[in-house]
Amino acid sequence: MLSEQEKQEILEESKAYPHLQAVCVDALKIVQHHRGWVSDDSIQDIAGFLKMSVHEVDSVATFYSRIYRQPVGRHVILICDGMSCMIMGYENLYEYISQKLGIRFGGTTTDGRFTLLPISCLGDCHMAPSMMINEELFSLLTEEKIDELLKRYQ
Amino acid sequence: MERPLTEHIRQGTALTLKEYLKVGGYNGVQKALKSMAPTDITGLVKSSNLLGRGGAGFPTGLKWSFVPLGDGAPKQKYLICNADEMEPGTFKDRYLMEGNPHQLIAGMIITSFAIQADKAYIFLRWAYKKSELVLRNAIEEAYEAGYLGKNIMGTGFNLDLYIHTSAGRYICGEETALINSLEGKRAIPRAKPPFPAVSGLFGKPTVVNNVETLSWISHIVEKGVDWFKALSITGEGGTKLFGVSGRVKSPGLWELPLGIPMRQVIDEYAGGMSDGYRLRAVIPGGASTDFVPAEQLDVKMDYASLPPIGSRLGTATMIILDDQTCPVAFLHNIERFFALESCGWCTPCREGLPWVEKILLSIEQGTGREEDLEILRHHTKYLGPGNTFCAHAPGAMEPLQSGLKYFHDDFMRHINEKQCPWKKRN
Repeated sequence: MLSEQEKQEILEESKAYPHLQAVCVDALKIVQHHRGWVSDDSIQDIAGFLKMSVHEVDSVATFYSRIYRQPVGRHVILICDGMSCMIMGYENLYEYISQKLGIRFGGTTTDGRFTLLPISCLGDCHMAPSMMINEELFSLLTEEKIDELLKRYQ
Repeated sequence: MERPLTEHIRQGTALTLKEYLKVGGYNGVQKALKSMAPTDITGLVKSSNLLGRGGAGFPTGLKWSFVPLGDGAPKQKYLICNADEMEPGTFKDRYLMEGNPHQLIAGMIITSFAIQADKAYIFLRWAYKKSELVLRNAIEEAYEAGYLGKNIMGTGFNLDLYIHTSAGRYICGEETALINSLEGKRAIPRAKPPFPAVSGLFGKPTVVNNVETLSWISHIVEKGVDWFKALSITGEGGTKLFGVSGRVKSPGLWELPLGIPMRQVIDEYAGGMSDGYRLRAVIPGGASTDFVPAEQLDVKMDYASLPPIGSRLGTATMIILDDQTCPVAFLHNIERFFALESCGWCTPCREGLPWVEKILLSIEQGTGREEDLEILRHHTKYLGPGNTFCAHAPGAMEPLQSGLKYFHDDFMRHINEKQCPWKKRN
């Protein structure tokens, strides 16, 4: 079931469009914002609310990289694997984080604290290497900086 | 040297409405809405020769002129600002939005008036959280001051401006895929014709312009065509945001005249190569542009000068490939990106790009064969212009075709030595 607040937010967002169905991507983002990810049940609920077929909504949900169709950790680390970050050594930083957390790209730590994912160029190339944790951007990364950042997110 | 787009941008905080007004902001909006006809504005932008700053360089005024106006035309029209900056190596639109959001909004108001749109959208990249915050705040300020909403400045013109933050896919930057995404669908490109100017968002006439392009409009309306044309070194008109990233002393972004030599941007502004690194080649304007080899650095950075040496201006944010980075691994990074970001709609792109990616990985890992180079070369033609549904795969083939040419010896060393020479050294 969608919560009243989710429904409200979806309806508010839908004011920008002439048809209710156009809010589909926003609806997925709203549900994910409240629940951390988008489950099969949520896909059904959104489909019902927007008067769309379940498959239609799922086809949209699975298209976009930032809609999670399986549970993620409390914090999502997105490591930029773009060209500039490659030149500036993201691969070593990835190995460092990966060893520290014991997970590879796509994995979640057993305590549910972190999920580690790659992300394409973050548009921060002059301050590479870069990554995001949840919605925050961090630049000019070093191993020391990563140590300090990981402590911040419990 | 004039820097109209960035002169008021400072480190840290965005220009507020009050500050923007103090430097003459919204004068262009006033002039356009109160003393010009929509077709006059389009005519003006057409004669300025403002070329689209998103990468393709299509003439902006010409794009607007395809929108049907008058009684016979559909009443509902739309303007969309393409702020889905995802071209690898590109970080210019973020800077403009986070630094001077009202400059963009002013441009969007004038453009909407020129094409008679009363609804406009900013299609913003998900990851640009600060841009979103700054833009939402600026839009609120503009509504409060009467620059957006009903009866703008008493002219009877109405405009609502919405932000849509995407859910992340590179293909959303392709204008027809962007339109599908804004309609809540999978971001798959549409067949053209009909072009968006005739049938775009929700089937209505729609113009899609890049952030940097739209940021120019109020300047051109206010100061005129001659002023704009005099800004560039070569004849194309205007300045451009140029970026440099990679192993240079001071990576960054600068507003400079179109036509400035590439070497000058890299040496003078980016401070030259970092100690211990040698420049091998330059990707001049994002992942989908051909390499420019070190011998060609005197090329002028504008739309007309790069094609004769086999490349494109693209987004004009350069990535420097240095001698400590393996060019095969670098190309693999590029093609992996394109393979992952293929929308999957047409077969050559969906199947061809992963094949290219796998071959490059195998060469990089020392298991490649000389015949593989022929397969790669075949793909640069087979996935080239005219064989795919949109420009995604042809864009992916640009760095590959020039990479195969300029780094042939490096490819052969991987194949003959059965390992990556760069990894061996470490």
